[in-house]
Amino acid sequence: MSLLDIHNLSVHFGSEKHPFAAVDGLDLTVNQGEIVGIVGESGSGKSVTMMAMMGLLEGQGRILADRLDFDGKNLLTISGRERRRIVGKDIAMIFQDPMTSLNPSYTVGYQIREVLALHQGLRGAALNRRALELMEMVEIPAAKSRLEAYPHQLSGGMSQRVVIAMAIACNPKLLIADEPTTALDVTIQAQIMELLVNLQQSQNMALIMITHDLAVVAEVAHRVAVMYAGQVVETGPVEALFRHPAHPYTEALLASIPEHSKGAERLSTLPGIVPGHYDRPRGCLLSPRCPYVQEVCRADRPALLQHGATAARCHFPLVAKEA
Amino acid sequence: MLSFILRRLSVQIPTFLGLTLLTFTLIRLIPGDPIEVMVGERTLDPQMHAEAMHRLGLDKPLYQQYFDYLSNLLHGDLGLSLVTKESVWSEFTTLFPATLELAIAAMLFASVFGLLAGVIAAIRRGSVFDHGVMGISLTGFSMPIFWWGLILIMFFSVQLGWTPVSGRLDLAYDVQPVTGFMLIDTWLAEAADPELNAGAFRDALMHLILPAVVLGTIPLAVIARMTRSSMLEVLREDYVRTARAKGLSPARVIFIHTLRNALIPVLTVMGLQIGTLMGGAVLTETIFSWPGIGKWLIDAIARRDYPVVQNGILIVATLVIVTNFVVDILYGIANPRIRHAK
Repeated sequence: MSLLDIHNLSVHFGSEKHPFAAVDGLDLTVNQGEIVGIVGESGSGKSVTMMAMMGLLEGQGRILADRLDFDGKNLLTISGRERRRIVGKDIAMIFQDPMTSLNPSYTVGYQIREVLALHQGLRGAALNRRALELMEMVEIPAAKSRLEAYPHQLSGGMSQRVVIAMAIACNPKLLIADEPTTALDVTIQAQIMELLVNLQQSQNMALIMITHDLAVVAEVAHRVAVMYAGQVVETGPVEALFRHPAHPYTEALLASIPEHSKGAERLSTLPGIVPGHYDRPRGCLLSPRCPYVQEVCRADRPALLQHGATAARCHFPLVAKEA
Repeated sequence: MLSFILRRLSVQIPTFLGLTLLTFTLIRLIPGDPIEVMVGERTLDPQMHAEAMHRLGLDKPLYQQYFDYLSNLLHGDLGLSLVTKESVWSEFTTLFPATLELAIAAMLFASVFGLLAGVIAAIRRGSVFDHGVMGISLTGFSMPIFWWGLILIMFFSVQLGWTPVSGRLDLAYDVQPVTGFMLIDTWLAEAADPELNAGAFRDALMHLILPAVVLGTIPLAVIARMTRSSMLEVLREDYVRTARAKGLSPARVIFIHTLRNALIPVLTVMGLQIGTLMGGAVLTETIFSWPGIGKWLIDAIARRDYPVVQNGILIVATLVIVTNFVVDILYGIANPRIRHAK
């Protein structure tokens, strides 16, 4: 059984009558100890999916799904109290901007101890010891004195390490990293990524890595899900997907990596933008931008079907053409 | 820290100078002088008038009067009242506790209900409660104090008879002014002589309620609106999302992680309200015959009691400046980013 099993998840914003589907029929499974990369351009619904799962949308979005199970529990039907017992303990999340993710009014130590006290009931010396241990696990130098530091006294990289320490405090089964390195500078990015992968292995956590950075995904992830306009358009093992993308969007995404355009005058791009509220196509969501578009693509929305090594939402998967 | 305090204080020197000049000029711009007001309707012999003015030193050129005033101030001499011949300082210290008691009660009322209303309105943004609070607070903010006071007196004191109309305590009680705070003094008196002074504390409390509500209305409205907008801003912050992602209870997210940060601008506004409170006290005390600083100053203006007006206002202004200063320091406690800034 998968650790996380999402089937046909939709998140609607706006009015009941004319809802906007930020997430539109998304399927995703994550197994224990697995690293899954989620890639896609801005606005494709990557973060909203994770926020919906963690119950962080605070009644702003309407969440519909056939199945939204974590560790055998149905996240759709549990009460807020039950959800809060899972969130922060078994599922933890790391956010994009570490400089704003920590509360400026409390010390780093306070914010780490808060999670431990809540979920593990630690008190007194044991609490302090565990907080220090976590600071050392995320390789913060002078950890003991840093416990008493306020977030504004830390650099971005240090702050992100603190956020990570908070997230792994209760040995979560699933860690979600939402563009954990986007706000950091390049040298720090590599360090944080390495730390995350090391922790994933030593704690045997499942890790969902949301990112724009295809190189990172290629390097660390076991499986990839490519998102477009609120849907998973292709998913499969990293190697297969990168070598033989089945979906034209995946192909375009890979082609847009600067290294693939070496020698060319311009970088390869996919013309157009992600469809918005009012120009959502009836058929395949990529149809207005797809270089291989056919009549049937504009009329019928394809399902996510297995094509070779990967599953893709396409009437004319690229692998089939080659074969 | 010490250099910070001294630097902040030195900035205030021009403020004080401007203030002395302003009060000195304004009170003299009002037609009539102390002697004329004292004599009233009766005709006054010009000879006697001139003599009296000479005795008070009011026949000197204005600039000289002003420099005398400043030099007295520098010597710590706040002068004597022209009417009672009491020292301004001792009159002030006698009356100030009454105003302070009223101001504290008003601020307590405004803070408790303002914060509560602001927080709930922010959490239930767009609800009937939210719109209600915002509408009522706008009304409260625009309400003229003297009118609002009279309406409340008419309704609660005259029609319903729930609260007394004016003053601080019923004449039937014999309460020694120990602290000057009526609530404390009546409590002491009741403890000392339970038979004679039974119910004195309750009576003092009933006297305090309406004036405190009237004086606290504008600060209440300002605090409620400020708390709401500040809360809404902080609720959108990433660290509030982090707090939720930790699985913390909604109450903890709101009070520990959101309100703490939202309080910083609210504190500023509360500090600024001290000035409004002093201005409001003048009107409120007049309406409710509350024997405090406000009523004292109004009476002094009516009597053209120059030293009382000049120095009374100066003391009040100093208090306002000092409270704002204390608020600045309180900031540091609420916001570690300021505390650690060099």
